[in-house]
Amino acid sequence: MTAVTLSPALAPARRLGVTAGLRHTFTLAWRSLVQIKHNPMELLDLSIQPVMFVLLFTYVFGTAIAGSSGEYLTFMLPGIMVQNALFATMTTGFGLNNDLTKGVFDRLRALPIARWAPLAGRILADTVKQAWSIALLLGVGSILGFRVGNGVLGVVGAFALLLAFTLAASWISVLVGVLVSEPDKVQIFGFMVIFPLTFTSNIFVPTDRMPGWLQNWVEVNPVTVVADALRGLLVGGPVAGPVLQTLLWGAGIAVVFAPLAVRGLKRRV
Amino acid sequence: MDHAIRAEGLVRRFGATTALAGVDLAVPTGTVFGLLGPNGAGKTTAVRVLATLLRADEGHATVGGFDVVRDAHRVRQLIGLTGQYASVDETLTGAENLLLIGRLLGLGRADAKRRGRQLLDDFGLSDAADRAVKTFSGGMRRRLDLAASLVGRPQVLFLDEPTTGLDPRSRNDLWDIVRTLVADGVTVLLTTQYLEEADQLAGQIAVVDHGRVIAQGTPEELKAKTGGQTLTVRPVDVADLATVVAIAGEVAGVTPDVAQTAVTVAVNDPRVLPVMVGRLDAAEIPVAELALRGASLDEVFLSLTGHRAEDAPADTDLERTPA
Repeated sequence: MTAVTLSPALAPARRLGVTAGLRHTFTLAWRSLVQIKHNPMELLDLSIQPVMFVLLFTYVFGTAIAGSSGEYLTFMLPGIMVQNALFATMTTGFGLNNDLTKGVFDRLRALPIARWAPLAGRILADTVKQAWSIALLLGVGSILGFRVGNGVLGVVGAFALLLAFTLAASWISVLVGVLVSEPDKVQIFGFMVIFPLTFTSNIFVPTDRMPGWLQNWVEVNPVTVVADALRGLLVGGPVAGPVLQTLLWGAGIAVVFAPLAVRGLKRRV
Repeated sequence: MDHAIRAEGLVRRFGATTALAGVDLAVPTGTVFGLLGPNGAGKTTAVRVLATLLRADEGHATVGGFDVVRDAHRVRQLIGLTGQYASVDETLTGAENLLLIGRLLGLGRADAKRRGRQLLDDFGLSDAADRAVKTFSGGMRRRLDLAASLVGRPQVLFLDEPTTGLDPRSRNDLWDIVRTLVADGVTVLLTTQYLEEADQLAGQIAVVDHGRVIAQGTPEELKAKTGGQTLTVRPVDVADLATVVAIAGEVAGVTPDVAQTAVTVAVNDPRVLPVMVGRLDAAEIPVAELALRGASLDEVFLSLTGHRAEDAPADTDLERTPA
């Protein structure tokens, strides 16, 4: 009994190069971004929500908390960038879970493409969306009176640091995405965890205005750490310490959650 | 003979449940092979193993001569997969979905677009090319699914229940497309719960139940294998039904079924027909219909498995939710 004979021209390649994998990643990232065209709600999520938060906090709480809306904006904008970025990481798990439950993931896995490309493509696309949101927040902040203290270098540094941190944090989202049974549960997880986590940090209210027992937690909350690093880079103040701590937190999160997420994904499919 | 698909002793367990309990398959190149069985029989699991989506716990399989585990990447270059679980992206348009797959398969942008347009044309989807797939009807959706699995011109095509949930017209359209593909030399592995579908399309059928192949052959062989002929008698007067049941039971040696105004009984010996005529004549029962015909696949399935194809308990459907 012989196998099907293939003419040499048709003989399929044994394995894939890294370049091909990167090409697949870019193609799949395109796919995630072109979805926005058909689902404008997603763009609203990425744009309206952060802007609305900035406006509400600046004008409703600003005067009460900091005495003036301008001062409060300077204090709060770096923090709201962190909060928004963490919420936005949920897009990754949501989209992944959607692909898993709808069967898109299986179609992709049956194609001769790099095994890591579907996940990498999604994360790449979500990183582009993150960059858009960060730029939008800085833009709206500037219009409302936020002044950058450390020049272009500070802005670039803040951008890079926040993107690096959200890249690490998105592994948590990937893990949630592979564990839950339907996309909406990723959103629920986001609200249940990210809301309390970000509000019990110093992003909206200075630590010393909170009850003592809460202050201990706020000090160690990674959201506080990242917000401090962004304040240092964008506005001024200590930079090296918070930036280093942020990178350590990011590395720690990635080291713990990336293997769990990848293992979960392999078990799921 | 060349075999596009070969499987030997495939076993796959999900927790305590055995989805595949030792499946052997040999699909000759250029033919349609039907896997026929109820929900949860193991059909989908078998396809997922052959399409490199799932590893078997035991046994091995080749597609196009390549091992589905060791040479998975090569297998993926030969196959196309259409199933309820291998889906297109609902948020993209039909054209974008095909462009995506063409690009992933290494076509240039222009070539991928051209290939997509051609497939949309072939499948009567040109008008809907730029609409999001979520607005498609069920039949359009399935055609796009099938088009998506054909972008790479596969040599082996897996169709997992391609017409489940479709109306008869869409089903016929899809059957025509499959026939065209086979005429072009594509090997098709088709799973279905519909006996008619297997009968219509497949040259060879394997009947699967509880993770095993319980019978295999051409549709005609399968019908013959069960001895399977059915004698149908419809008396003119419904009042004669009881007498007809008694006579038919006596002649055939098994208990007949009564469906509305007709009596049907499975027979293995065509000589019962003249005997039956004689007995009915002696009892002076006028008959509106008297027929002897080969068993349908439905009856084949019933006699092979002890249950009908459609009435498998729903809780045996574990293929899509592995524990």
